[in-house]
Amino acid sequence: MVLLTLLAAITIGIIRMRNLFAVVVLGGIYSFLMASVMIVLDAVDVAMTEAAVGAGISTVLMLGVLHLTKTQESKPKHTPLLPLFVAVATGAALVFGTFDLPPFGLADTPVNLHVAPYYLENSLRETLVANVVSSVLASYRGFDTLGETAVIFTAGIAVLLLLKGKRKLKPGPKRRRIGR
Amino acid sequence: MDLLYQIVAHYNHWITIFLMVSGLYIVVSRGNMVKKLVGLGLFQTSVYLLYLTPGKILGGTPPVLSPDFSVYSNPLPHVLILTAIVVGVATLALGLALVVRINEEFGTIEEDEIFAGDEDE
Repeated sequence: MVLLTLLAAITIGIIRMRNLFAVVVLGGIYSFLMASVMIVLDAVDVAMTEAAVGAGISTVLMLGVLHLTKTQESKPKHTPLLPLFVAVATGAALVFGTFDLPPFGLADTPVNLHVAPYYLENSLRETLVANVVSSVLASYRGFDTLGETAVIFTAGIAVLLLLKGKRKLKPGPKRRRIGR
Repeated sequence: MDLLYQIVAHYNHWITIFLMVSGLYIVVSRGNMVKKLVGLGLFQTSVYLLYLTPGKILGGTPPVLSPDFSVYSNPLPHVLILTAIVVGVATLALGLALVVRINEEFGTIEEDEIFAGDEDE
């Protein structure tokens, strides 16, 4: 609960800060907090990934982009009232929906009774891997993980194309520099 | 007493929703593209929380099988979210690359200034 409250506080900080450098650093703190929450929720594998990817790689990527662009956000021009209204209305509807959800931490909810017991009972016999998360990820859902790798590969190629192709572009009439 | 019970039973959900709508708010209201991507990241992590919360069983242990334990938390959300995190960083990298290209082309990462530059033409 304390961790979750801290998460909310950091989120408010991220919304209010206009210095993007501070926003990115807060984002790193946010990711580490989220990883701690995940450990409390028994998702140790996810917590490790979040700490490495969310707090590590994402922060480094963001800092790299800030180095290439600029670190100060300009003042918002139009009033934030409409987005605020949309956000609050969506949030209220969702909170109303939570009252029909089963309370936190119970074992006999539909989520935990459907297919999960099958994996907990049979994965050790069928795959000989003690960690159920690994066995489901790499064995039962192996093709899904292959597809995920394809997604990352495609994203990597796209990033390279976007960043490497810039020199070849001819300086047409669309190119202009406002700042820098 | 009933209110206290509701708070304890749904606190995770409410924080999840708060993170979700904050992400939505940042994406809609801020014109800065890096800030927008941070907002998308907030939205995304709130979905992780949404998935992991119902899988937790109080008194359970992480789903690593051992003869010493009998109650494990639900492993399936963990698998889904593991995939989501990794795909998320791939899309984030793509978005940031687009931001860098936009900055090279227009010299700014503010939406308003880009629109203003388009109208001047």
